[in-house]
Amino acid sequence: MHYYRAHVLVCAGSTCVTSGCRDVKEAILEGIKRHQLEEEIKVVETGCMGFCELGPLVVVYPEGVMYCRVKAEEAAVIVNEHLLKGRVVKQLLYQDPNTKEPVPLLKDLPFLSKQIKIAMRNAGLINPEDIEEYIAGEGYFALAKVLSSMSPEEVITEIKKSGLRGRGGAGFLTGLKWEFTAKAQGTQKYVVCNGDEGVPGVFMDRSILEGDPHSVIEAMAIAGYAVGADQGYIYVRAEYPLAVEKLRHAINQACDYGLLGENILGTGFNFDVNIRVGAGAFVCGEETALLASIEGRRGEPRPRPPFPANEGLWGKPTLINNVETFSSIPPIILKGGEWYASMGTEKSKGTKVFALTGKVNNTGLIEVPMGISLREIIFDIGGGIINNKKLKAVQTGGPTSGFIPAEHLNVSMDYESLEELGTQIGSGSLTVIDEDTCVVDLVKFFVEFCHEESCGKCTPCRIGTRRMLEILERITRGEGKDGDIEALEELCNYIKNTALCGLGQAAPNPVLSMLRYFRPELEAHVRDKHCPASVCASLFNSPCPRSVEGGVR
Amino acid sequence: MMKKIKSVDELVKFKESALNKIKERRIGDKTTIVVNMGTCGIAAGAREVMMAIIDEMEKRNISDVIITQAGCAGMCEHEPMLEVITPGKPQVVYGHLDEEKARRIVLEHVINGKVVQECALVQQA
Repeated sequence: MHYYRAHVLVCAGSTCVTSGCRDVKEAILEGIKRHQLEEEIKVVETGCMGFCELGPLVVVYPEGVMYCRVKAEEAAVIVNEHLLKGRVVKQLLYQDPNTKEPVPLLKDLPFLSKQIKIAMRNAGLINPEDIEEYIAGEGYFALAKVLSSMSPEEVITEIKKSGLRGRGGAGFLTGLKWEFTAKAQGTQKYVVCNGDEGVPGVFMDRSILEGDPHSVIEAMAIAGYAVGADQGYIYVRAEYPLAVEKLRHAINQACDYGLLGENILGTGFNFDVNIRVGAGAFVCGEETALLASIEGRRGEPRPRPPFPANEGLWGKPTLINNVETFSSIPPIILKGGEWYASMGTEKSKGTKVFALTGKVNNTGLIEVPMGISLREIIFDIGGGIINNKKLKAVQTGGPTSGFIPAEHLNVSMDYESLEELGTQIGSGSLTVIDEDTCVVDLVKFFVEFCHEESCGKCTPCRIGTRRMLEILERITRGEGKDGDIEALEELCNYIKNTALCGLGQAAPNPVLSMLRYFRPELEAHVRDKHCPASVCASLFNSPCPRSVEGGVR
Repeated sequence: MMKKIKSVDELVKFKESALNKIKERRIGDKTTIVVNMGTCGIAAGAREVMMAIIDEMEKRNISDVIITQAGCAGMCEHEPMLEVITPGKPQVVYGHLDEEKARRIVLEHVINGKVVQECALVQQA
């Protein structure tokens, strides 16, 4: 194998592709060619590194120097200075926003300071299109360990010991789910990976599928061995073309290397994985709707029980886990369930990936141990609020979840503590909102999202979300009236208790959370016809007639 | 097409050879070899020296060494020059190098930790 004295890693996650990383890569390759450095320096395209705000990102190893917001025309400077002359290019380094000092090394980045990468261990470090780079980091070793030295029961015991819970949103114990499926009657069983990531502002599943597809494939094979399945399906939405492409490539490579297919590693275990591309409906993230969609039927949920563990795909016992859950499995097998359980809180173990977005300085994907405080996430990792504005709240878990108001900034980020505050970890979105955001307006957006994504099968969700949206639209137009708030409360309780699936049952959550924490703001809209955050156009006087489109009083 | 990996042992062996692909990206205490590649250095043959070092690294399957370059060190008559920096050990500057001497430095100094005295210009603590 050829020895290269330097590796130049270019982040090619979807966000960096959008900000132009392909041109940067081309420019670097061109510069390397011009200086005849092809034999000395290797350029690698990796998956998402997590600091999407700073993209396009280029990291030069062996030193581990990170350059951010690199433009194609600046790439030549990196080649001329760093690669050719060994001088770090200061103006392209990340700058600490507080001290204004450049931070040359990736490992010193404050953004990474409190992170522990398990599910995202390889994303941004290896080339996702090269299975050999995955194997070099002990890839497929967990599968080998399981097939050669563990019984299916031992695998399930190890997962149970880890305390890992479903990272898709519900937080159900993964080990139990595996056990149910393993114990279910039936000769044909399936393993399904839920990659229908639909929550606005969340992209960890995409990042893992794009940056480290083999970790998911390996984990699915492990799950197949544990529950007795020989066929896996990965359900990905069509909006993730890059993820589908990388996955397809990875599956083909795994087959070529004999790590999928028949008689894997000579142990007699067979496992295949196929991709199913969904048309991008939010409700298809719900497991029964997802299974219907894989079968080729309309993506609508059905009542549970029976749970998929007993009657899933084509009526056969089926194990469904989320992408992030799967990618946490190989390290648990290799290092042991106790190692994983040593991180986190009493009931929420291990690490969780959060998508940090909104009015915060450093946005991107972070993987932190459960139980870290929200303050550490927002201020230590996130670098505080943009323009030093005042933090108002953090919206967690997407449009079917609630708020953590600023006064609960020290809350421990785990399933139980968030439940107490009336919200959820959910899929892991953290949208930071500051004093300039109107909560009523934001909640209206979420209700509109749920209304549009409702599949329409059950009445409470189909009509209930419509009615909630109508009331909120009226309130934000300044036409709120007495009784609106009470009507909202009543609707919320009806929908929550009677909707068919998780989408409907959770749709009122943002409204309920608003009623719990931001009632005065809502009342100001209804009674005083005033929007305290100056967002709802009809409800404030603008000093500049052009500043708000239309509707200025 | 790639040969299939047929057993756990084969996978372990395969991993060892594949490790070369990513070991540069592991962070740790690494020895750094800095080759002076100013115009003077390149004219005196620094690029050949550099390629010889890279070749030696590859042949001997050495990891954890950073090979990088610097500009003119101001002692052009001693070119080609290079510097070996090992954490916790004296820094050594070598001069008047050629391919063969460069290979010796890799073998004797970088691998075995013995300074190649006859090529060394400066040693500083």
